[in-house]
Amino acid sequence: MLGAATKRSAAEEGKPEMSKRPAGVTSTEPVTKAGRGAKTIEARDVDLFYGDFHAVEGVTMTIAPNKVTALIGSSGCGKTTFLRSLNRMHELTPGARVDGHVSLDGEDIYGKGVDPVEVRRLIGMVFQQPNPFPTMSIYDNVAAGLNLNSRRIPKSRKDSVVERSLRGAHLWEEVKDRLDKPGSGLSGGQQQRLCIARAIAVEPEVLLMDEPCSALDPLATLAIEDLIAELKNRYTIVIVTHNMQQAARASDVTAFFNLDATGKPGHLVEVGATNEIFTNPTQKQTEDYVSGRFG
Amino acid sequence: MESASVTDSTALARPSTLLAGGTDWRRRAKDRLMTVLIAGAFALAMIPLISLVYEVTKRGIPGLSLAFFTEDARGVVGEGGGAAHAIVGTLVITGVAAAISVPIGIMGAIYLNEYGEGRLRRALTFFVDVMTGIPSIVAGLFAYALFELFFGPGIRLGVMGSVALSVLMIPIVIRSAEEVLKIVPNHLREAAYALGTPKWKTIVKIVLPTAFAGLVTGVMIAVARIVGETAPLLVTTGVVDSMNSDPFDGRMQNLAVYAYNEYRSPGVFKQAAYDKAWAAALTLIAIVMLLNIVARLVYRRYKTEIR
Repeated sequence: MLGAATKRSAAEEGKPEMSKRPAGVTSTEPVTKAGRGAKTIEARDVDLFYGDFHAVEGVTMTIAPNKVTALIGSSGCGKTTFLRSLNRMHELTPGARVDGHVSLDGEDIYGKGVDPVEVRRLIGMVFQQPNPFPTMSIYDNVAAGLNLNSRRIPKSRKDSVVERSLRGAHLWEEVKDRLDKPGSGLSGGQQQRLCIARAIAVEPEVLLMDEPCSALDPLATLAIEDLIAELKNRYTIVIVTHNMQQAARASDVTAFFNLDATGKPGHLVEVGATNEIFTNPTQKQTEDYVSGRFG
Repeated sequence: MESASVTDSTALARPSTLLAGGTDWRRRAKDRLMTVLIAGAFALAMIPLISLVYEVTKRGIPGLSLAFFTEDARGVVGEGGGAAHAIVGTLVITGVAAAISVPIGIMGAIYLNEYGEGRLRRALTFFVDVMTGIPSIVAGLFAYALFELFFGPGIRLGVMGSVALSVLMIPIVIRSAEEVLKIVPNHLREAAYALGTPKWKTIVKIVLPTAFAGLVTGVMIAVARIVGETAPLLVTTGVVDSMNSDPFDGRMQNLAVYAYNEYRSPGVFKQAAYDKAWAAALTLIAIVMLLNIVARLVYRRYKTEIR
């Protein structure tokens, strides 16, 4: 808890003065400290379907680079579905469909001739359940992106990428003596950091995180949140979370999703600077949700 | 914790039921009866198996000799000679059958599990199920008819036997591989996709290695299932007394057909022929057992913890 408190203040210091804007208005804020690689995502009128089921309706929002954007909302409101549409993972579900536009620094990722495999190389993802590859060692898990995607890479380069990624994921010190051991032998929190190391090893421009801490204990969660705060210097980060304290602690921008009734599509209620959303939201629904009146 | 306290309060309310147990004898009797029944059913199932192994071992051992494993039966009447040609034939025919069936079967399973969808997938699964039930003689006649088209009537080749056995083996491999691929958790595929890995590479580098132990076990069991086939080989590989290790050149003997033949036409020295038939049967059982042991070892060595 003590750690969490310091974390929060740190996040607030780093928080830029961001004017709250209602859903549907795109960002005009200039990119302040553009890190190497981080890019802006713009979603315009995104509708998502599973077969006939309309899961998410008309989401328009801009996700700024080098910021942590949290997607919050009750279960089934489509935040994870929306997240998965940002790197074209949504369409992997049989029957799933996407309408609307998503662009990465102006380039339409759903454009004609765009290879979804390329998109996923630029927009990495960390999942709810830590999922290291069980057949691979810690080293090979981190190097998986390199091994799977490119032709021969010299061992020395691989070594440096693995070390850099593990250091980046705050895991190096814990595993440097057992890189050849299976990744599944690590604790849950370590496994999740291993998965983050694996994701950043391919140097994406955006990192999507789908409830990355929901399977972890509070200490491991704190470690991941610290890591997120650091990673935003280099990447655009979007995180789905059920944990409102986490959204308040770890994010700069918060987007609140809701659905009117079960079976109705989820939609974006409002998006704005995290402290605004939590202290002074424009929408009644948002206020009810963040104050714990439902959800 | 809550449930414990609930039981506590009920226990306090009627303390006698826990200790008295008077009305409980019915449940206990039922429990005992079922235990006996189930144990009995298991014992009943084991009796034929044990007596079979015992009988084959007892009768097979007299026929075993160095000559049995090193000599063929060319020009042998009565005692002497061996089944080396049948052992080699069994290994070659089964080996070629496995070489045909394993790639086709595993690729078929990959199609069904990773790519196939909708009606086509369901239809294929149905036909694979039907194929597992094909009588083995039908597979033999199919292979014979196929080769007869190209080589004329009366053709007998080792590879024909392999083709016949593949018809039996492919559906078994597909089914077992499909089951194994199904347990590879989807989150591993997604993790690979999220790294920007194409689908085929995800299958080759992530899905197959994760499923490796199960795939090998499935293949071994499929091999064990076909290694003792007799009927399809009678019509495709024929009967022969001399050593032939070339599946593309003429007749080829194998252990099952050898045993059948020694028993059917023992000649004048009946006991010697019967001994050899039993020895062949024992050798077949030993091969099957060996395959199963190897399958288990491979499984233990390479199994991956899948959550």
